Amino acid sequence: MILRMEKFSKKWEKTLYRMKRNKVAYLLILPFFALFFVFTVLPVISAFFYGFTYYNVFQDPIWVGLENYVKLLLYDDIYGTALKNTFIFAIITAPTGYILSLLVAWFINELPRRVRSVCVLIFYAPSISGSAYVVWKLLFSSDSYGYVNAFLIRLGLIHSPIPWFSEVDYILPLLIAVQIWMSMGTGFLSFVAGLKCVDRTLIEAGAIDGVRNRWQELWYITLPSIKPQLVFGAVLSITGAFAVGEISTNLAGSPSVRYAGHFIANHMQDYGSIRYEMGYACAIATMLFLMTLVCNKVINIVLNRTIK
Amino acid sequence: MNSLKKRTKRGKSKRVSRSLGGDIFVFTVLGMMGLFMALPLIYVISNAFKPYGELFLFPPRFLVRHPTLENFKQMGEALTGSWVPFSRYLFNTVFITVVGVVLQILIATCAAYGLSKFDFPGRNFLFGTVVYALMFPAIVTNVPTYLLFSRLHMIDTHWAVILPALQSSMGLYLMKQFMEQSLPDVLLEAARIDGAGELYIIFKIVLPLMKPAWMTLGILSIQALWNTTGGNFIYSENLKTLPVALNQIVQSGVARTGAGAAISLCMLIVPIGTFILSQNQVIETMSTSGMKE
Repeated sequence: MILRMEKFSKKWEKTLYRMKRNKVAYLLILPFFALFFVFTVLPVISAFFYGFTYYNVFQDPIWVGLENYVKLLLYDDIYGTALKNTFIFAIITAPTGYILSLLVAWFINELPRRVRSVCVLIFYAPSISGSAYVVWKLLFSSDSYGYVNAFLIRLGLIHSPIPWFSEVDYILPLLIAVQIWMSMGTGFLSFVAGLKCVDRTLIEAGAIDGVRNRWQELWYITLPSIKPQLVFGAVLSITGAFAVGEISTNLAGSPSVRYAGHFIANHMQDYGSIRYEMGYACAIATMLFLMTLVCNKVINIVLNRTIK
Repeated sequence: MNSLKKRTKRGKSKRVSRSLGGDIFVFTVLGMMGLFMALPLIYVISNAFKPYGELFLFPPRFLVRHPTLENFKQMGEALTGSWVPFSRYLFNTVFITVVGVVLQILIATCAAYGLSKFDFPGRNFLFGTVVYALMFPAIVTNVPTYLLFSRLHMIDTHWAVILPALQSSMGLYLMKQFMEQSLPDVLLEAARIDGAGELYIIFKIVLPLMKPAWMTLGILSIQALWNTTGGNFIYSENLKTLPVALNQIVQSGVARTGAGAAISLCMLIVPIGTFILSQNQVIETMSTSGMKE
């Protein structure tokens, strides 16, 4: 017992010594982590607690227990729609964007340096062009001045213009297309950089050991070599897909026709900034937080098992 | 799979080569995707140079026929015109972007240096929380942050946009990963033996050597801040940003379409231009971005 205590206090002393020795490090990280605590950690924790309250900003929050969650899961049909839309959206856009990023990065890897730079620019540009995706609204505008409508009419495929972003059947597919258009972002750059650094000798060794074609080379040599980048890219794709909301507001309006483009983030904004039901909005935020986190963890495990 | 017969090039490298079919496949896919990616942006560029008549041509034409700078002149008039203070929006966006980017680079550099080069208790835990923060969308924190700012009476100030942007977990993550691999410990030791203080080391050694990393961080935060609308944190007209003004123009209809097209192009130039200038550094930084168990 005494021995154990001694061990413990020795360990403690060592920690204390390490803390003292690295005093300056704490000063260095202080500004960032102070802000990080205030604007990331604290909001997540407080969203969790506000989720159990009724809070309209003007009066103090009132504890209501699980009421928000019961309403959310059992009675809020619009939340059901938002949940369904978000899942359809995420299941399509996250893997598509991810695989396209990987394939394009792989395809352009062996092009000459300058050509590759131009390709990287073309594919990466949409993701950093900010609100430029609003051009999709012009391209798909509802009257016959819209390019797509004019084009289809000229081809004789349709006779009257289609109101794309106000037509229930087209809203979600169009938003998915826009998202895929913007999905080759930081993850794509990470793949490009990772592929550049794959060890040439491994590839040559593979060719000698019986790798027969490029697809085998990709599966047995290239992918395992860039596994850390693959994990990083997966995290970004999933998080990005679940964050969807703003493009829907800007392209399909808020709320969109019959909620066809309504996502969880839109639902949260709706209650948070329009109806001022902060407790309910925080319950939605907590759900979104948990969903994204669980999804990330699951995909992480799957990736780690499949790519050795 | 028609590339089954092994066609190893003799000479410089032993590697399976692509089949002809594979080559055609690759370039077709690349070309089609490239078009899909580039067309909307080409449209933005071409629109900005269209004369008034072509903007409302029916049937509409995708590319400009008789390019003109008329729209930019209109934009200039809108910028200086006294009845709608566009220069105000421009100033707001530039202010938010410049202050935000500079502060973010300084704060993230210090934190990344502390995390990667000092072995202090708690550093794995702290870095772990930053990695977790990458795994959920920042929009989750939107409502509580609003409540916090309103309690601090900071709603409707530029700081409500700048402060949260300073703690980008992605920025810190990329910077720390890069620093761990590319900043030699020996150099830091040598500087310390010569009596250099930590601030001196940061400004004279870390910042110059970590140029690729902070340029990358700069790109990411420029594109976020330059495009910020202020969300629901800013509602005074004289504090609003350029993207908000742009949206108003686009929605206000016919009279300002030309100026709107020109402003769209100008909005696009900043993030894309900065990326063109720093692409090599960005790729260099990204090579260390991987996540290990």
